Amino acid sequence: MDLWNWLEYGAWGLSAAFGLHMAVDWLKTDSTYSEDVLTSSREGELEAMAEERKGH
Amino acid sequence: MADVDITSQTMDGMGPHGTKVGLLRVLGPAHVWALGVGIVLVGEYMGWNFAVGKGGAYAALIACWFAGILYSCVAMIDSEVTSTVASAGGQYTQAKHIVGPLMAFNVGLYLVFAYTMLEAANAITAGYLFSVVASMTGHADALDQRPFIILVIMFLAWLNYRGVLATLTFNLVITSIAFLAILVLFLSTSGVIGTGIMEHAALFEGHELPYGWIGVLAAMHFGLWYYLGIEGTTQAAEEVRSPARALPFGTLAGIMTLLIAATLTWYVCSGVLPWEFLGDGVNGSVAPLFDTARLSGSNALIWLLGFGTLFATLASANGCINDASRAWFAMGRDKYLPGWFGAVHPKYRTPYRAIIFLVPIALIFALGAPLDQVITFSILSGLLGYTFMPLNIILFRRRWPLETIKRGYEHPFHPVPAITLLTLCGVTFFAVFLGYGTQLVAMIGFYIVVSLWFHFWRYRFVNRGAQFTMPWPKPRGY
Repeated sequence: MDLWNWLEYGAWGLSAAFGLHMAVDWLKTDSTYSEDVLTSSREGELEAMAEERKGH
Repeated sequence: MADVDITSQTMDGMGPHGTKVGLLRVLGPAHVWALGVGIVLVGEYMGWNFAVGKGGAYAALIACWFAGILYSCVAMIDSEVTSTVASAGGQYTQAKHIVGPLMAFNVGLYLVFAYTMLEAANAITAGYLFSVVASMTGHADALDQRPFIILVIMFLAWLNYRGVLATLTFNLVITSIAFLAILVLFLSTSGVIGTGIMEHAALFEGHELPYGWIGVLAAMHFGLWYYLGIEGTTQAAEEVRSPARALPFGTLAGIMTLLIAATLTWYVCSGVLPWEFLGDGVNGSVAPLFDTARLSGSNALIWLLGFGTLFATLASANGCINDASRAWFAMGRDKYLPGWFGAVHPKYRTPYRAIIFLVPIALIFALGAPLDQVITFSILSGLLGYTFMPLNIILFRRRWPLETIKRGYEHPFHPVPAITLLTLCGVTFFAVFLGYGTQLVAMIGFYIVVSLWFHFWRYRFVNRGAQFTMPWPKPRGY
């Protein structure tokens, strides 16, 4: 076992850690917030606000 | 309506129009530059030299400059349209507003495939680089590249998941280092600082155009590698603080950077490496800038260009994850794809479901497909996207002339850039057909099949009422 063998194990471990962190956070987020909030993003918010300002 | 001002810097895009959680407007022009140049610069470190193999060193230079013209047109056209359609999705959103739903669906898929395939190719390359370093440092057995390939994809996906500002600041740092490494290599080997090692005249003698002008044409395919991906700057449109300023500034500064980097790369590599070695990117020079540094005999340059190669690879994969996820997210938001993908993380304000969904796809291609096929699929998808752009800008100018919508940037000499771009795309399609005709036909067949699926099935689910959001006047002629 040289350094590179250890680095291989380290890469496997870190990959699993990053994947696990994303998966756990994803499930936590989906169960905490409603779908209405999570998918409420609308295109053109900046333009709509510019229009609204212009109208005031 | 005619003087809608989208250049305001006082609004952040969040407000009382239905959006409770949206993407965060935190980016500046430097991040846009880092996104565009970051995706591309790996093409300077490796890949472009296949053009030398196709037609010799001069052919590679001609391809470099013609492709430079092609991408300058892309950058100018993109800057004008995106400074006006400042939303995630980039060219997909442009197509939706200017051409129509079927074009938008296709362009969205071009983007996702081009970036996801490029991400996979970068991860494969990073794994290879780790194996080279392992063998150089005395590792006896062949290194298992898989954990490093997976780590690159997982780490960068995690970074993208956690927030766009950190992601693109990271890109800014590593892309700047990779670009500076090319400048330092040029200054150190060309004779500007110290003794030069350039041998252009000796290396070129008798090999000016070894395959004639058909070789120049064939080299165009790989000439794209110098710049492939600069159009990705448009995907940051919904996350920049000032779209009308940052997008044109970042994109045009990006193409200028790449024109300089591409020409310097050709100059230093072709002046040191024999064209037969340089042009063989598989058994010869895999990473020509690094090989040039090795021949310089300077350990400092070897280390600098070694890190430059790795950083350019990581920056490209990072930018690709950013761009593919924005395009996928935008298509989900409009219900071109299931609306589930249109979610934004309430804390990190990123399109987290799109980011996660594309991870296994990138992993499958990175671990299961050969590098040349993955890259070819990416280039062909990109090329189809470039062919759409001239049509897009001609329709945009015709339907919404300059006096009807205020642009953040107006590109000069219209329609010359559009016609030039269309012509160069035609030439490049022919060049690709010469080398990868089967893949080209197969891929066009694939897009025809998915277009039929979209037309006859998916379009019924599209959120037609909410997809045209720009406060534009009615198009001329309607």
